[in-house]
Order: sequence, then structure tokens, then C-alpha cells
Amino acid sequence: MSLFKALKPEFLNYTAAESGPFKSLFNFRQLWRSRIIILLCVALTPLICLAIFTFLVTKHDTEREIHLRTIRLASNAKRTISFFFEERKAALDFIVRSNSFEQINDSSQLINILQSLKDSIGGFTDLGIIDATGRQLQYVGPYNLQDVNYASEEWFKEVSVKNYYISDIYLGFREVSHVIIAVKHSPPNGLTYVLRATLETKRFNEIISNLNLSGTEDAFLINKQGIIQTPSRSHGKITEKLTLPVPAYSEHTEVLEMPEDHDRKIIGYAYIPETSFIFMLIEKKSELMRPWRSSQEVIIFFIALAILVILAVIYRVATHLVNQVFLADLKRVQTLHEVEQSSKLASIGRLAAGVAHEINNPLAIINEKAGLIKDIFSYKEEYKHDLKIIGLIDSVLASVERCAIITKRLLSFARHLDVSIQMVDIKSVIEDVLGFLIKEAEYRSIMVNLDIEENIPQFETDRGKLQQILLNLVNNAFAAMQDNGHLDIKIRLLEEGFVAVSVKDDGSGIPEADLKRIFEPFFSTKTKTGGTGLGLSITYGLIQELNGKLNVVSKFGVGSEFTIILPLKNTIATKGKNK
Amino acid sequence: MKILLVDDEYELVSTLAERLSIRGIDADWVTSGEDALAKLAETNYDLAVLDIKMPQLSGLELRKQIQTIQPNMRYIFMTGHGSAEDFFSASSEEGADAYLVKPVNIDDLITKIHESLARQALGTTGPTE
Repeated sequence: MSLFKALKPEFLNYTAAESGPFKSLFNFRQLWRSRIIILLCVALTPLICLAIFTFLVTKHDTEREIHLRTIRLASNAKRTISFFFEERKAALDFIVRSNSFEQINDSSQLINILQSLKDSIGGFTDLGIIDATGRQLQYVGPYNLQDVNYASEEWFKEVSVKNYYISDIYLGFREVSHVIIAVKHSPPNGLTYVLRATLETKRFNEIISNLNLSGTEDAFLINKQGIIQTPSRSHGKITEKLTLPVPAYSEHTEVLEMPEDHDRKIIGYAYIPETSFIFMLIEKKSELMRPWRSSQEVIIFFIALAILVILAVIYRVATHLVNQVFLADLKRVQTLHEVEQSSKLASIGRLAAGVAHEINNPLAIINEKAGLIKDIFSYKEEYKHDLKIIGLIDSVLASVERCAIITKRLLSFARHLDVSIQMVDIKSVIEDVLGFLIKEAEYRSIMVNLDIEENIPQFETDRGKLQQILLNLVNNAFAAMQDNGHLDIKIRLLEEGFVAVSVKDDGSGIPEADLKRIFEPFFSTKTKTGGTGLGLSITYGLIQELNGKLNVVSKFGVGSEFTIILPLKNTIATKGKNK
Repeated sequence: MKILLVDDEYELVSTLAERLSIRGIDADWVTSGEDALAKLAETNYDLAVLDIKMPQLSGLELRKQIQTIQPNMRYIFMTGHGSAEDFFSASSEEGADAYLVKPVNIDDLITKIHESLARQALGTTGPTE
């Protein structure tokens, strides 16, 4: 909250006049908001568009790359598996073509052939010779399958038609997966028979495991009925039915995308030619997209950082600019106020001068005439003790004195129309003023501390007006203070060619509500004790005449400090003196 | 002790002279600077009480002219245009001992007259109000 207060622009707290001569030129709140919105749009729109474009393009490219990689892996697997079966089928073909029936039907020869296959290609478990009726004529291998009749077996029927057969994978008695390859041989002038071999799938599984898949990818074979043929990491055991639908036949390797829970699956598949096998490569899309997502997180972090920096800079710049306009407008309004105040003071001054001047002389005559009457009564024995008459005359004289105080002030008020600039030594001016008031200070035991910086040069100003300003301020301070009070007068040289004179008292202070009005003519809190309400108006006007400024700091019950700031060089035109 | 009062207000200056006379001070009065110069040509005065603002010849100008006739004359200035600035201006005049703002308190005037004449006797000067 305090941070918000610290960042809150000054002008948001300011309630400007909505009409009249002192109306603000702008609605600063609205101006500030609109500047921030415009700057944000200009700065963030390209950034956000670029971020979205980059996001979409890189996502599309990554998905395309995943697609191509899946096709590549599945195609490689398809070729390798296809070659595996081609190679073994070709070996069996070679055996039947290079040996006569008699040779191959010899058990010792068949044992030799099986051993040769085991040694050269590997993975062969047994071999069998089956005649056209389906009877196994010869068998070499771990089981006793001699004379078994396969005539009713589906595979035998298929090999009879297609001349070759590659079975699905089955577990057999030892719970070890096997696959059967059978080739039919029909020599031109001899018996038709089938050479049947059983292969271990160990090598076969090695091919799939050598695909270098990541931990979440799964590659295995299914048959066309969807039965799992090779070990799968996460899609079921061998001979179990795959939960996913069997993909549609395609001569080429294909890629599918399927939904799964809250994720999607990328499925690459390939039908292995001349077999019932389908190679399946199943990957989780979220896992494959992880590197892309990581890079996006880094990009989003930097974009968010950039947006934060842009927001901060725009806030600062917009606030600064609007604040400058606000301060300029405030200065304009303040100047208008000052012009109005000066104009008001000038009008009152002219009026006051006319009235006071005209009144002062008749007042003096009343004073002298009443005085003479009093003299006559006082010196004649018959009236000397008539207290009523003497009291009446004293009342007239007291009223004349009251009027005289007012006219004196009014005339002082009018005096600041003329300015006479000369080089002035501030120290001597202060001493003159204090000399004028020192008797009162002594009488009331007011301690006056004078603190003047040593290096203050003589400067251009109107000596008489400066005397009157200081006299008024010191007079006011005396009026505000009780007996035994303290008055501090400090004179300091400021930078950039100004001198500051402060008059600080420990008097009654000014209530906050009155502070705004103290420079208004005829505003006084001392009307009952003879205050005219012109003293500070005059002082204010005089300081303005000298191109100076007057600052007031006051706390009710503690005291006040009036500081005058005057320029060392003055450009006021001298109008000459008016007596 | 003889003093001269100069003010363009007849009612004021005549009454003031009468009041001073009641108090034992021998005071002549005139209502213009020219009359004052004429009076000074025939009579010697110790002190002149001059109004600063008068038609034709102001109090300050009159003082300059009197200075040539009677260099030892002392002066008290009066004005209806009272301000601190006037005080400092009038006080800087040679021979000026006091500055009073109208309406003048008769007792103050007499005090100033006595102080001024005392200074004249001692040969010192200085403005007071």
C-alpha cells in the first residue's frame, strides 16, 4: 500500500477547478491513462504479435519434426523386420532348391542343415519335412513331432496355396515365443513337400530394442487381429489384445494422432510385407513436445520480463511527462492567482491611498482641535476637575488615534507602487529595522538572535521596501509572541543567486485554516486589538514587487517562520519616488 | 527657544501653535514654504517643524533652502503619508532629528522638540520617532 502511495502520481491527488479562469487545461487523470494505454499499445502489440507468431510457428515445426521422426523410426523398423523374414525365408528356399528330397529327408543330413542354419544365421529351433498330405516325414528339434499330420492346420493350407507361410508369434510349451516359417517346394519331376522351421524371436526383439527409443516410447508388433506379438512397455503382454484399434492398411508407413486421457498419442505404424505383422511405435505427444515447451517457457519468461520492464518504463515516463505538464499548469494557475492577487492589491492600494490621504489631514485637524479644547479645559480652573468633559475629549482623541493607525496602514499599503533599486547591504537594513524595534524588545524581554552568513554580498533591491518588509515581519512576530519570547533572524546565501531571510518566532502560530488567508487584505485575527489585516498583504505585495517569494511555515501554538527569498540581481524598472 | 511650524493646513498649524504656546513654547506658524522663507529672513529660529508634503515647496526642499540661510537649524518632519520608508527617507536628511506621523500627539512633539534642542546644545544628531 505504501509502495502504491509512493508510485501514485502527485496529480491524482489534485482536484482541479472544473470551470472558471483557474480551470486546468487538461484532465490529468484521463491524460495520464490515455498516454499509458497508447504507449502500452505501441510497445506491447508488436511484442505480443511476435511472441504469438513465434509460438505457433515453432509449435508447427516441432510437430512436423516429431511426425517425420516417427515415420523415419517406423520405416527403419519395417525394413529391418521385413529383411529378417526375407533372409530366413530365402535361406529355407535355398535349402530346398540345393538339396534333393532324398538328401533333405535324411535325418542326419537335416541335422547338419539345422546346425548350419544355427551357426550361420542363428535363431533356428527345429526343422521339419512335411509331405503333400500334411504328414511330417522328418523332424529334427527338441520335440517329438515325427509323423504328426498337419493336413487340417490353417498354416498348412495357406502354404499349399501361397508356397510360403510366416506364422504369428506364439509361446509354445516352454512359454518361449516362436515364429514359424514354411516354404513349399514342388520340383518338376519329384514329390511336393514343405520345409518348416521354427525360429526364436529373441533376435527379433533385439531389432526393436535397438531402435534407441526414449523411456516413454513403446515399439512392438501386433498381428492384423490386434494381438500383441512382441513385448510392449505399456500396452499389454504378448498374446493380449491391444486396447487401441488396429490401424487401417497402408502400403507405406503412416502416423496417426489419437487422444488419450488428458494427452495425445502419436502412433507410427507400418504393415510388414508378406507377414501378418504390423509394427507399432506409440509415443506420448506431451513428452515429445517437452523440449519445445521448455524453450517456450524460457521465451515466455523473457517476454514477461520485457513486458514488466516496458510497463515500468511506460509508467515512469508517462507519469513524468504528465507530471511536468501538471506542474506547468499548476504554475500557470498559480501565476493567474498571483496576478489576480496583485491586481486586487493594486486596486485596494489605490483606493486606500486616496481614502487615507484625504482622511489623515482632517483627522490631524480633529486631533489638534480636540487637543486644544482639552488644553483649554485643563488649564482653566472651573473645568479642570470636570472629569466627564475631559473623558469625552480623551475618547475623541483615542478614536482619532485608532483612525490614525488604520490610515497609516492604508498608506503603507499603497506605497509599494514605486520601486527604487539600489545596491543594499542586508546587514545594515536588518540593524536599522532592529534599531527601530529594540526598545520594545528590551521592554518585553524578547530575545532577538541575529544570524547572518558572512559571505553575503550587497545586492540589488529597494532598500525602503526591504526595510518595510522586515519591519512588518518583525512587528508581526512581536505581536504573536508573549513577553520573554525568542525571535531568530537568519540570513543565508542560496545557490543560483538568491538570498533567504527567515524570521522565526515562538509565538502563537497560525491555525491551519487561516494559513491560506493571511495574505488577503483586511484578513486579521487581531481586529479586537487594533489589527487592520493589511500588514501581511502589504508585505506580500512588497515582496512581489522585489521579484521575491514569501514562504510561511507555522504550527498553531508553537510558532511561525516567514522566509523571504530575494534575487541578488533585480530587473525591476525604477519608477522614482513618490512622497 | 523659538520654533517655526510650517504646514499647508491652516487649521492644523494654527491650532498646533496655540497648543504649544499654552505649554510655554514660543511657536510661529506659516502655511507655505515661501512664507516660511520670508519669516526666516526676519527672525531667527532654533527649530523648524516641517510638513513633508506641501504644494509648491515640499518640506524636504524647504529644509535645503533653510540650510543655506540658517545652517544650525534643527528640524522635525511631519507627514500625513506615514510609513517606515518615509521615516528612513526623512531621517537621512541633514539636521533632521525626528519624524512624526499625523495626527501628532502633542506630548510626543514637545518631547521631540526638547530632545532636538538638547542635541543641538550638545552638537549631536540622530533620528527618533
